[in-house]
Order: sequence, then C-alpha cells, then structure tokens
Amino acid sequence: MGLELYLDLLSQPCRALYIFARSNNIPFEFKQVELMKGEHKTEEFQKVNLLMKVPAMRDGSFTLAESIAILLYMVRKFKTPDHWYPSDLQKRARVDEYLSWQHVNIRGKGSKVFIMKMLLPLFTGQTLPPEKLEGATEELNAVLKQFEEKFLQDKPFIAGSDISLADLVALVELMQPVCSGYDLFEERPKLAAWRSRVEEAVGKQLFQEAHEGISNIKNLTADKIAPELMESLKHQLLKQVA
Amino acid sequence: MGLELYLDLLSQPCRSIYIFARSNNIPFEFKQVELFKDSVLGKKPAAGSGAEQPHAGEGTDILLTSDFVLVGPSNSEGAGKVSLLKKVPALKDGDFTLAECTAILLYLSRKYNTPDHWYPSDIQKRAQVDEYLSWHHANIRANAPKTMWIKVLIPLFTGQPLPSEKLQEVMEGLSTSLKQFEERFLQDKAFIIGSEISLADLVAVVELMQPVGVGCDIFEDRPRLREWRRRVEDAVGKELFFQAHEMIFNIKELSNIEIHPQLKEHLAPVLMKILK
Repeated sequence: MGLELYLDLLSQPCRALYIFARSNNIPFEFKQVELMKGEHKTEEFQKVNLLMKVPAMRDGSFTLAESIAILLYMVRKFKTPDHWYPSDLQKRARVDEYLSWQHVNIRGKGSKVFIMKMLLPLFTGQTLPPEKLEGATEELNAVLKQFEEKFLQDKPFIAGSDISLADLVALVELMQPVCSGYDLFEERPKLAAWRSRVEEAVGKQLFQEAHEGISNIKNLTADKIAPELMESLKHQLLKQVA
Repeated sequence: MGLELYLDLLSQPCRSIYIFARSNNIPFEFKQVELFKDSVLGKKPAAGSGAEQPHAGEGTDILLTSDFVLVGPSNSEGAGKVSLLKKVPALKDGDFTLAECTAILLYLSRKYNTPDHWYPSDIQKRAQVDEYLSWHHANIRANAPKTMWIKVLIPLFTGQPLPSEKLQEVMEGLSTSLKQFEERFLQDKAFIIGSEISLADLVAVVELMQPVGVGCDIFEDRPRLREWRRRVEDAVGKELFFQAHEMIFNIKELSNIEIHPQLKEHLAPVLMKILK
C-alpha cells in the first residue's frame, strides 16, 4: 500500500498537493473525500485525520494533515527537484516566509471572499449585504498588494527565478475567489503574468484539470449538498466570515 | 555586523525566537522594539532608533499572526508624530532580512546547526513539527492573542472596557483549539513529537502564555497541558523562560500607561476591527 492522498479538489490546499504530486510523477492513490457530501465527517476518514479536514495523507501507518506539512514530506521523501524547496538557506527561508504568512493573509482573505460570494448565499438562501462583501474584497485587495510588493516584487517567482512551493500554494488559493466571480487578475498585469508562469511550470493541462471542479462551482446548487451538512456548515461558514 | 533580531517580548512569536536563540547560545544583537510612546514598565525607549526598517512593505494591517509595533516620537521625524513600524519579529543577517516566526526559527536552526530534536531529521517527526506549525496559525494563534487585546490593549486604546461576551466568545474558540491540541497533537506524549522538545512545543507554549498574562489561566483546569508546559520550561531553562515572559507577567502595568492621544485616535478604529 503506497502513498494515499485524501483530497477534494474543491479545496485549495488539496489542489496544491494534487498538482505537486502529479507534476513530479509521485505515485499516489487519489482518495476522494467529497466535502459537500460530508465525507470528511465519517468515522472512516477520522482514522486518517481526527481533525476531519482535507487534505490528509497516509503513508503506510503514518498519517499527516496540513497541506504545507504534506508538501514538505513529499519533497523530502521523493527528492523532488531543488527549486521546489531550495537547499540554499536564504531562498528556502523566502519560501518558508511566504508559506507562513499566507495562512491568514492570502488564504484567509481569499477564502473569505469565496465563502461570501459563493457559499453563504447557497447555504443561507440569502444574498449578503453588499458592504460585507465589499469589506472582504478590500481586505483581499490589501493582501494582494502586499503579495505583489513584498513577496513577488519584480522577480519571476517568489523565491527568484524558479517556481517553488510558495508559488503553487499562492496560486491555488487565488483561484478560489477567482472562481467565485472575482477576477483579481484582471487589473493586475504583474500577477497575471506570474500566474501564467506558474501554470506553465506545472503544466497548463494539469493545472486546468485540477481546477475543473472549482471552475464550475457556480453550478453547485443547494440540492447537491447533503441536508445534514447544510445546517452545520452554515454555522461554520458564518463564523468564519464574522 | 552579525545577526540582528528585532523583537518585542510582548509578542508571542518574538518570545519563541528569543528563547530559541538564547537557549541555543546563538549570538545575536537584540534590537528592542517597544510598544507605545512612553517606555513600557520603566524600560528605556529603543536605543539605535535610527535602525533601518528590516524589510520593505507596509505593515499597516493589524493581523493577529504578526504583531505590529508602534514607535513614538523618539524614533520618527518630528515630535508628536507616530509611525507604524513594520511587523515583529524580524531578522537581519547582513543584507538578508526575514519576517515570519516559523521562517526565522527554521533559518536559525539550519544556520546554527541546532540539536536535531528541534527540527528532527527523521522525515516523519519533522513532518509532525511542520504539521503543528501550520495548524497553529488558524487555531491557537487565532484566539490566544485576542485575550490580551480584549482585556488590556483595546480598553487601553479606546478608554472603554469590552463587553464580556466578546471575551467569552474568544475563550470558547480557544477551548476548542486547546481540546484539539491535547487530543490530536500532544496526546499522551511528553512533547508534540514524542520524547523531546521541538520548535512545535516552543511556538505553542509562548502563545498560550498570552492569556495567562492577562488573567485567563488556561492551564488551570488542564493538568495534562500544565505538565507539558512544565516540561517545556525545564527543557529551555526555567530562568530563561521566566525572563522572556517577564513583561507578560507584569502586563497589568500596561494599563497604567499614558497613551499619546494622537495614537489613540489613530488606532482605536483599527483595533475595533480586530474583534469584529
């Protein structure tokens, strides 16, 4: 029994893992965990991740959660090309710096916009007051500015001339608000150019394939969501955007 | 010019870096960065206030993952002017500058070849440290710092106490995270990865000292956590641990400080947003 990756490609960190593993030809078994069906709450899945979140990994008897941890594990175990997590001390530190900062910033704010635009209306059956969405969008814009000015600057990629884990993790997160209808690349040519480079580096086809589900998220209707989930998810989502 | 660490020990990530560096005898210049115009707890304002900013970019949004620091007139262009400094902690090593606690800790552990247990070479143990350090951001670190904001800092800046429901909400969130911490990360082990302390324990414990400092002793009803904390203190050195937390233990002193009215005005609305 080899490496198992428990994924739902609707989730940003799951896409990072999927793209990374496929792009590096890492052999793994894709274990689908459909969030909208509540499959992350099953007893079966809890054996893999007690925290009931995707992504999760199982390698023999070793289980692991948190996409950053899983990515680094794969880098080390499968000895992927150096640029993904450079051995150069300073370049590596740049990648670490981004991977740390992004939790509350790009990931936090991007998710918030996605939840407000796409999920909350679906789960509550109501449209959100526009000021709320505006506020969330402004926050996202602020971190995008920091991303461009502090992390990307005038380099092709975050750590310099080559793609690393940082770029991959960043881009999959940004696709979430994009797929909910906020095209943040539209008026940001530098970011759009960077996006192109990242897609090329991992393989455009792979990138597109990984994003197929999330690209069609607008087709998600309430009836496709497990009823038991509706209530509990609604509360969770409301808390997340409070 | 050697390694410089820009730290304010009121900040949790700063403490983990401080303790890690001192515990491992890593030579560094402590660049003290202090909150508020007047000195805190009678300490002098930062010397060498002409220090260059460690890195470019605005640190104007006040997020709970990175603490921001304010330096008053002694550090800026004119009297009465207040500038919002970039975030702490920050590292400067020659021309190289670095932010983010995790990145700094990892950089130090690699550059100074610290003992293996801090960030084990064993691929699975290392993964467990990574796993905790990642989870920490949106969980323990999402709620623990808010206790200080609610009980001390925001009332200090806005002149008003906050309604108790706010604190309760935060404590509930923190309780949930603590439960997960005990059940998923610590379990029945001595430390997060097993029998030895690692970066994960250090990062966790300093965060949990924040609520303790403001009177929300989360260790009180949690014997397993209490024992773990004691082990962490022993592992890094009790004296060092206490010294790093001196300001936090005396946090009530902060409430007696006069805040420059301009600073109050500037920050009050921003601070209120933190708690929304």
